[in-house]
Amino acid sequence: MIEVQHLSKRYGRVTAVDDVSFRVERGEILGFLGPNGAGKTTTMRILTGYMPATEGKAIVAGFDVFDQPLEAKRRTGYLPETPPLYPDMSVIEYLTFVAKIKGVPGNERRDRVNQVMTRAHVADMANRLCSKLSKGYRQRVGLAQALIHNPDVLILDEPTAGLDPKQIIETRQLIKELAGNHTIILSTHILPEVSQTCQRVVIINKGKVVAIDTPDNLTARLRGSETMYVQIDAAAGAESAHAALSHVPGVTRVVESDRRDNAIGYEVDSETGRDVRRDLARAVVGQGLGLLELRPMRMSLEDIFLSLTTDETPEPAAPATEAGDMVNA
Amino acid sequence: MRNILAIAQKELRSYFASPIAYIVLGFWALLYGWFFITILAYFVRASMQAGQFGPQAANVNQQLIRPLVQNVTILVLFLLPMVTMRTYSEEKRSGTIELLLTSPITDWQIILGKFIGAMALYGAMLLVTMIHLGLLFYFGRPEWKPVLTAYLGLLLLGGCFVSVGLFISSLTKNQIVAGMVTFAVFLLLWVITWIGSFSGPTVDQLTQYLSIVDHLDDFGKGVLDTTHIIYYLSFITFGLFLTSKSVESERWRG
Repeated sequence: MIEVQHLSKRYGRVTAVDDVSFRVERGEILGFLGPNGAGKTTTMRILTGYMPATEGKAIVAGFDVFDQPLEAKRRTGYLPETPPLYPDMSVIEYLTFVAKIKGVPGNERRDRVNQVMTRAHVADMANRLCSKLSKGYRQRVGLAQALIHNPDVLILDEPTAGLDPKQIIETRQLIKELAGNHTIILSTHILPEVSQTCQRVVIINKGKVVAIDTPDNLTARLRGSETMYVQIDAAAGAESAHAALSHVPGVTRVVESDRRDNAIGYEVDSETGRDVRRDLARAVVGQGLGLLELRPMRMSLEDIFLSLTTDETPEPAAPATEAGDMVNA
Repeated sequence: MRNILAIAQKELRSYFASPIAYIVLGFWALLYGWFFITILAYFVRASMQAGQFGPQAANVNQQLIRPLVQNVTILVLFLLPMVTMRTYSEEKRSGTIELLLTSPITDWQIILGKFIGAMALYGAMLLVTMIHLGLLFYFGRPEWKPVLTAYLGLLLLGGCFVSVGLFISSLTKNQIVAGMVTFAVFLLLWVITWIGSFSGPTVDQLTQYLSIVDHLDDFGKGVLDTTHIIYYLSFITFGLFLTSKSVESERWRG
């Protein structure tokens, strides 16, 4: 559905996007991950036909964005970083205007506007001026705008930025519902967002693609060893707890990470590919220590990012662990 | 065409949704009325003096409408920068330009839409002055054809200013800067002939050809000269062409 081949964009001497290639299949959600200034927005702007690339090719919905821009744009919905709203229009007027310039036929316009307002949960603000909307509503009107002509491809630049937690969940849910009928590229710098919504992730840094994979594989691949977080009742004493954890077969390292009034937390490293959770739990409970918490530690985007951009040699792949497994005492 | 009209309609309603349209129309009506009354009073005195020497009536077209049209160009000069200054710069500042440039419409459709939108507001300004002309036609018997050509001239003159204003607005995100530069450029086009009379016949001819106001005189007299029409139309085309190049280069620079 979307094919990007050796795309580069240079502004004078600055290279914003450097030889980026990837594919997105129909109905897939692709996450675009990277820090600010990595070239996410530039890549998206090229895909939407806002600006031409210096080199390379981008094909969206079967049309080259440079050679047949109008055909490509007709099939693309785009939510820029700041929703492009006209402050002096009401939501319904704005969406009607967008429908017009996106080529929605006159007799379908009203229906489409109502549909997308329901879809993006902005129907209750239909007659409110865009300038009077809260940040969350602006973002959602922006999303409604991108959907108005029912495009094959949706390109969303940080769709959840600036939303409150409830709205973030709703927006993610909406994006997931849209996949299937639409092919979606979304950019973000929040890792959980990617793992919850995207099937595949492109990590981009300084204009270069540093990794393309599924979120689980990425997280797993970047972890040389498995790390567990274990929290134990402090009443038993730090010494015995440390000893108990260290003696579990497969454990390579035990580090105390935090200590509160009545609980001590440890980071426990184990050999790659060996699930030591059962043994850890048994050891702790067997020693008569109070097990308060036991969970695998997920790498944050910062960790992944650091390892991807500083490590020269890729680390050996390791099987993924299931997310969210947690033992609470 | 449908896209052009959609943009034009959007432009026009944004003029009326903001105070711009009301301020421009209000001041235009007030100042145009002021000019009208002054020139009318002058005309009345002149025609009474002329009446003392014989039955020859003063000519309304030549002595009233023609100087009026000449004089109101200065109002156009002051007011049109206010109309054009926000056209592109506001879209660039608020990011809505991203919506327009990623929609299935061409740059030319956007430019023409904005041009027509601004011209429609200017047309509304000209319509307001029909009140004064109506008075003339009610109490006197001016010829209507020279009035028509005079208004055609004003419309073309406004078109030139709007096309230049669009271009300047497309260069900056700051509408105040756009407005000030536009005003300066208009003023330059206005006073360009002043240097001519001191600098020899060649420069004189050149500046007279370039002067946006000198070309209006014949329209005021009721003369439709293709030279002037071609001058104005090519001026407008050139301004719009510069705008399209500016928008295009903005795309490349990002």
